[in-house]
Amino acid sequence: MSEVRFGQAINRALIDAMTADPSVILLGEDVARPGGPFGVTRGLLDKFGPERVRDTPISEAAITGAAVGAAMTGLRPIVEIMFMDFVTLTMDALVNQAAKARFMFGGQSSVPMVVRMPHGGGINAGPQHSQCLEAWLAHVPGLKVVCPATVADAYSLTRAAIVDDDPVIVIEHKALYAAKGELADSPTATPIGRARIAREGRDATIVTYGAMVSVALAAAVELAQDGVEADVIDLRSLQPWDEATVLASLTRTHRLIICHEAVEAFGIGAEIAARMADVGFDELDAPIVRVGAPFMPPPFAKTLEDWYRPDAAKIVAAVKKTMS
Amino acid sequence: MGRTDPPSATSQLLELYRAMRLVREAEERLGALFADGEIPGFIHLSIGQEAVSVGVAAALQQHDTLASNHRGHGHAIAKGLDLDRFFLEILGKRDGYCRGRGGSMHVADMTVGMLGANGIVGAGLPIAVGSALAHKLRRTGHIAVVFFGDGAMAEGVLHESLNLAQLWTLPVLFVCENNGWSEFTEAARQLATDPQRMAAAYSMRALQVDGNDVVAVAAAARMAVAQIRAGEGPCLLECKTRRVRGHYEGDAQKYRDAGDIATALRNDPLVRCEVQAIAAGAPQETIDAIKAEIADRVDAAVATARSGAPPAPVDAFADVYSPTHELPS
Repeated sequence: MSEVRFGQAINRALIDAMTADPSVILLGEDVARPGGPFGVTRGLLDKFGPERVRDTPISEAAITGAAVGAAMTGLRPIVEIMFMDFVTLTMDALVNQAAKARFMFGGQSSVPMVVRMPHGGGINAGPQHSQCLEAWLAHVPGLKVVCPATVADAYSLTRAAIVDDDPVIVIEHKALYAAKGELADSPTATPIGRARIAREGRDATIVTYGAMVSVALAAAVELAQDGVEADVIDLRSLQPWDEATVLASLTRTHRLIICHEAVEAFGIGAEIAARMADVGFDELDAPIVRVGAPFMPPPFAKTLEDWYRPDAAKIVAAVKKTMS
Repeated sequence: MGRTDPPSATSQLLELYRAMRLVREAEERLGALFADGEIPGFIHLSIGQEAVSVGVAAALQQHDTLASNHRGHGHAIAKGLDLDRFFLEILGKRDGYCRGRGGSMHVADMTVGMLGANGIVGAGLPIAVGSALAHKLRRTGHIAVVFFGDGAMAEGVLHESLNLAQLWTLPVLFVCENNGWSEFTEAARQLATDPQRMAAAYSMRALQVDGNDVVAVAAAARMAVAQIRAGEGPCLLECKTRRVRGHYEGDAQKYRDAGDIATALRNDPLVRCEVQAIAAGAPQETIDAIKAEIADRVDAAVATARSGAPPAPVDAFADVYSPTHELPS
């Protein structure tokens, strides 16, 4: 067991995966010689050489499309997209090609590729470098989407994504890269699709993921001072998502709050709320409440961004709303 | 009277003719089946462009990979797909190549490196580039090929792909099937330049060939493929041809002069190949026998496809994701 940063855990996952399987390669802008814009791929070029660790031109569409063709020809490519906002440029390769190949070709071919991308605000990067667009990807049949919140999951979800035979999007919150946490010497596997109970409580269920997990945990501490014990569920995987764990928690607490940094409207929270309103209707003692960003682009100025992003106070208010 | 083997030039011509005849017969039958309402959706025929798919395929090996486009029946058949499963797919049947989920625009056969037709203009280019990267890194000795039309030259991802392939010296052949029409608009009204100059802009080798002369296409493709296989990097092969049918079957082509279609029909690559074969000494009876044999093959495939079972929704739903894969400890 050692204390490492979130970005270092991903780095170690990449090293271990590339050591275990020579078909794993890395493609991305500035991932090789510069070691990645956030330093996540530092050292990989020296370890694995320029054939497997490749700096690409600024051609998001072509490198993601190339990953599809490489995956269909025996490699397991990992693509790094510098900011999730740039996933807009990769959408044909992801939505029309990677996601559909297995289905569309009658199961003849799978597309074992991983696309890593940082989302979220907190560094005043402005409207085109701060978005949380995960709901778009979770909406596409054939894609899997994971979003780790802890150092341990940053490692093991990355490993799980690489070994998966389907295209997996790994969303990393850029504000988490420097966060520290414990990583076991032989980390246990985290299967895609299983949530984690980050804190147990009997009074309300807060479902969240990524960087919002620590915010929700802070809200839970605050709530506990008022005698309200919240269950905090870290989804870890957004597509597929762990419906059973959320429903089991709702069955204990009878109150549900869903929190994400993405805009509230038409998001991951909307899907979970709709599903729980269906299968969990009899368990609900209050309307389901969502906490998300307002329906506007992420703003730049610190005062604006601080206001824009959900915080513990907003989560506390949402939980209290379900108790009133 | 003992029958002597035809000289090799003649036998090569007859092989190319046979391959083109198969594409033509299959597509004419698809056109008729579509008109009769037996094919769901819509189809895009490559009638009149058979010399491109057949000429290029003549330069390929079985495990070279191929990314195709929406007008891809010829590419698939020339690459060696099974005719029964091809027709079964296009008629939407369970035992088709894609189990009835893809249809005309998504026919694929991984066993012969056919990575799929594609419904998105230009999308095959980066797929071929990635496939070529895999060939290079895995040292398979194979190459990747992509067919695209002149219309794709205006797609951004094409330019990214040409740049990447040349930058990384990848074993990929870019075949521009320049048929003069981008859907309903002439190429001249869509492109500010031409494919040769575009290749030159990326320092890429480029060849231009009469795309209705199958011998010339095969010769150019063999030359390009030999250089690519030798590690000299990508090449763009522009095959000048002309679309005969509409953008899709049922397209009345009101945007097109009758003279343009008539010119295309007079330049039929099958007629040209037949004339060449006869001039090289092939007996007319041999040509007629090939026609009859191909017609029978297509008849049989159509009959098989018509009697095929429909696909089941439960099977389709089960193939969205791979079977669960556990992380090794």
